[in-house]
This record gives sequence, structure tokens and C-alpha cells, in this order.
Amino acid sequence: MIIRTQQLRKVYRVGVERIHALRGIDLTIEPNEFVAIMGSSGSGKSTLMNILGCLDRATAGTYELDGSDTSRMGAAELARIRNERIGFVFQSFELLPRMSAQRNVELPMIYASGGWRKRRRTARAALDRVGLSDRVTHRPSQLSGGQKQRVAIARAILNNPAILLADEPTGNLDSATTRELMEVFEQLHDEGQTIIIVTHEPDVASHCNRVIVLADGLIASDSGVKALAQGA
Amino acid sequence: MLNPFFYFQAIFLALGQIWANKLRAVLTTLGIIFGVWAVTTVVAAINGVTTMVLNEFESLGGSKMFIFPDRPDDAPRNKYPWSMIRLKPHELEALATNCPSIAAITPETNLGATIQHGERQREAVRVTGIWPDWHEIQKRTTLIGRPFTPIDEANARQVCLVNEDAISELGLDSDPTGQHILINTRRFLIVGVVENETETIFDQNVTGTEVLIPFATAVKLQRPEFFFMIITKLTGPNVSDEAKAEAKFVLRHVRKLGPEDPDTFEIFAADEFIEGIKNVSVVLTVGGGCIVAVSLLVGGIGIMNIMLVSVSERTREIGLRKAVGATPSAVLMQFLLEAVTLCLVGGLIGIGAGEATALILSNIPAAKLGEAAVPWWAIIMSFSFCAAIGVLFGMFPAVKAARLDPIEALRHE
Repeated sequence: MIIRTQQLRKVYRVGVERIHALRGIDLTIEPNEFVAIMGSSGSGKSTLMNILGCLDRATAGTYELDGSDTSRMGAAELARIRNERIGFVFQSFELLPRMSAQRNVELPMIYASGGWRKRRRTARAALDRVGLSDRVTHRPSQLSGGQKQRVAIARAILNNPAILLADEPTGNLDSATTRELMEVFEQLHDEGQTIIIVTHEPDVASHCNRVIVLADGLIASDSGVKALAQGA
Repeated sequence: MLNPFFYFQAIFLALGQIWANKLRAVLTTLGIIFGVWAVTTVVAAINGVTTMVLNEFESLGGSKMFIFPDRPDDAPRNKYPWSMIRLKPHELEALATNCPSIAAITPETNLGATIQHGERQREAVRVTGIWPDWHEIQKRTTLIGRPFTPIDEANARQVCLVNEDAISELGLDSDPTGQHILINTRRFLIVGVVENETETIFDQNVTGTEVLIPFATAVKLQRPEFFFMIITKLTGPNVSDEAKAEAKFVLRHVRKLGPEDPDTFEIFAADEFIEGIKNVSVVLTVGGGCIVAVSLLVGGIGIMNIMLVSVSERTREIGLRKAVGATPSAVLMQFLLEAVTLCLVGGLIGIGAGEATALILSNIPAAKLGEAAVPWWAIIMSFSFCAAIGVLFGMFPAVKAARLDPIEALRHE
């Protein structure tokens, strides 16, 4: 398995109040799953996403990513995990405006080893995988919303991460572009990528093999693995 | 620890940031620019003045030593009367024969005299009594005729040398050797013409008639207890300590001063003066540097301000960088490098302006700063200081950036 959490809890303190964002999540995700995490706002899906993405640490419980326990890692170690094993896609793309598509895609490699030749080659290959090989020198302002998000995906898959985490990746896109983007995700899934998408759009979730719904910090429903179920 | 390309990227990015906000960057670094400009200009000017003074001094004869009569400090006038402390001709002889480090020696005694040639008469002309070595020591050769000979001195002959200005002022022939002039009604034979004294920063009032006569002759014209000083040329540039010791020993011996008695004379070597000039220039440079350091510190506050603005403007970028794997130390390094780059760019502009100012100064003839140039150590020092300012004042904003929570940062509007 690629992800295993046991009794994952997260408590925020706001003044004297304690807010229980996650109340004990047990979740296992196998390699090459295509998972949607849904839930209303306040259900804890963003918190779960942040913890799965190693941006945040749980208050209690364990989280194993690709065999390593992240619960007791320091900030620098978590940064390395994010760099090597996790790819992020955000709702608002988060591209650096003054850099070309290629430079944006290269960004994670600045924090890893490897010379500029390797960086260039890897970044071009990643852009090629999302179908943007003809846009390498364009700046974000010269790209459409869908293209921007594809650049962001190329950046996320650059280091062949264990999981690709997308947080409302289609939130800023129209329905036609959403469909195009979901095709990119499906293609990556077909190539063996493990993908987790946080979304509140049922359309988007319908592309996924497994839908997990959160409510009040707990898993309210888990469809299981659709593809496997169908295959069985 | 970090990929070396990270540093290139960070510097490249910083330059990009500066280029994208040119006006803001220039305004921000104005303090640094002016500070560095001031320090390079001040150092260049001091350097120019020092070089000029030392050059003139060397050309006057850096290896000279002067001996004056001098009453010991706080000593009562009646205990050391003038008749006792004044230099006497036999002391001069003793110094001339007993000091191996002295290559040439001459007394110099001045008297104001009335000079007459035919109908022309000039009052209060400077008449100086000298030994033949005077020409070598003062670097003033005879242009026409001959210098004094030991026979002139031994016989106290009534011969004289005049300078170039005297020819026109006294209405002499262009070759006046063989003509006679009256000095205080005594008749002197002109044996030669000596070149005019060159104008230096130490003495700019050197024009006018000048008459030189043998020292022995001057003694006869002077009052009984007249004043003279001794000027010597040393055998080499580094023997001033030996020469001073020798002259002091000889004079104390001749004057029969006991071990407890203070010196009744003053010996002054020219290289002390050079040391003095160098010390003054060091003091000026350090003082100027301190004043400028304050302005650079003020400039540093501008840097800190703009870096704080930059961190808050780019909070989302910081969040993203952290999300894709930037460690806190990488973020810290990026913003530190950006602050240092900003300071170095300011320093570069300042040094450029300083160099330009030095160039302008050195081309103003009246300023006499032909040697004004920014020395390499001032450039290196300015750059290091700018880098230090960048690290010092960039640290707080960079730490702030490094400590940002990536989730909060990505949520930042």
C-alpha cells in the first residue's frame, strides 16, 4: 500500500476553544488508485489533504507514506518527502508569473540534486506528458486556465511522485476545460500514477475509481475500489 | 547541502526581482548607493591628496634632516639663554666631520639686505648664507657661472649668486657673471645664477630676488648672536634614525651636556613628516569610513523594509516553494541572497558613481588631485560591507519567510 493512516486526529486551538478537524481517520490507499475525497466545507477534507501531503502533521495517530512513518519527521525531512514523493496541484495553479512554463515545471528540482541539463530534460518530458510540449517558453500570462493547470500538473509529476494530490484542481475552470483536465488525470492514472483529488464536484469525482466522503472529521462513506469491484 | 544550482537560481531570481522593480530597487538602495559613493569618493580624494603631498615632498628631498636651536620645554629662559642654545659655527664643523650618515651639510642663515645695482635699489631682499653643499641638498643648480668654492668660504670672499628673477628685477645682463652688486653698501662679485625656487604646496610665495653668499661672508654681515639652522642630506633613505642619533651625540658632546640635561636643540628628519602625513590620511580615512558606515546602516534599514514587503508580497510563492520541497533553510537562503544581491547592486552603482567622481576630481587642474583614484582595497571593503549589510538586515525578513507555514502561506490573499 502507498498510504496508511491509523486513528489520524487533528485538533486546532482557536483561543481557548479546541476544534476537532479530524476525529480518527483510518485510510488505506493502494498504488495506482484514483481517489476522490469529497465532503462539505468543514468536513475536514482540506485538513486530511494537508496531512496526506505532509504540509501539516497530525495531532495523534500515524501516517505511513510509501513505507515511511511521517509522524515524527522534522520540517526539513517533510520538505524532502514533499519534494521526492508528493506532487501538488492547487485550485489557483500557483505558477510563478515571471517564469516560463519550463522554469515553473523545473521548480521542484531546484531543491533536489541534478544539473541543469537533467532538469531541462525532465521538465520537457513532464510537459510532453501533459501535452504542452509546444508551450515550454510561454509565461503563465500567455496560457489559458486549462494550460496553466496542465503546467502545474507537469510540475507535480516531475519527480515521479508516489502520490499526486490535487486540491480542487478544476475549481477555476469551465466544464469543457474540466473535462479536458480530467482526461489528463485519467491518462496519468493509466500510466500507473496514484492520484488523490479533493473536490466537491460530483462530475469530477465520477472520473475516479474510489470516492471517500468525509463528514465531521470522520469517513462517512468509502465506495471502495470501483475498478476492482467491477473486476471481481 | 543545497544544490549549487539553487544558488545560481536564487541570484538569478533576485536579479529578476530587481529588474522587475527597477525604480523600487533604486529607491530602496539609495542609502547604500550614497554611502558607498561617499566612501569611495572620500577615500579617493584622501588618497589623491596624500599621494600629491608625498610626491612633492619626495621631490623636495625626502631624506633631509634639519637641526634647529631649541629651548627645552618649560625650561626657564635665564637657565638656557639664547647665547647658549644657538647653533655656532664650530658645532657645524663638528657635525660635518663626525656624522657618517650625513652625506651633505649646509648652514642656512638669512638676512634682509638692501641690494643696489646702478640706479636700481631693492629693500629687504632675502640674502642667504650657505655652504657649497646647499645646491645638492636643495636641488637648485647654478644655471650660469659657478657655485661657491671652498676658497670662497675659507676666505669669506665677497662673491654672490643671484636667482633668475634677480636679473630682471635688478636690471642685470642676461649673463650677469662678472657684474657687481652692492649688498648693504658692500660690493659683491656675481659668480653665477641659480635657478628659481620651484613653487610647492609648502611654499607658494617664492618669486622675487634672492641672493646667496658664502656662509663665512654672511657671518661677518650678521649680528653677533645671529640665528642659523643646519640642513643635511642623509646617505640613504633609511638612515634617519642613525643620523639623528649621531647628530644628537655630537651636539651633546660639543655642548658638554650632562646625562641629566635635556637637549638644547631640535633634530627633525623629513621622513617623520612623511609618517605624519600618512598617519593623518589614515585618521581621515577611518573617520570618514565611520561616518559612512552610519549612512550604510541607515541604508540597511531601507533594505530590511523592502525585504519585508517582498516577503509579504510573495507569501504565496513561498508557500508554493515549500509545498514543492523547499526546506526552511532553502527559503532563508533565497531571501538572504536576494537582500545581499540588492545591497551589492547598490554597492556597484555607488562604486561606479565614486569612480566617476574620482575621475572628474582628477581632471580638475586646480584641485591638484591628479592622483585621485579609488584604491582596490576600498572597493573590496565596500563590497564586503554591502554584503554584510545585506546579511544583517536581510536576516529578519528571511527568517520570517523561512518560518511561514506553507498552508497559511498558500491561503494568503
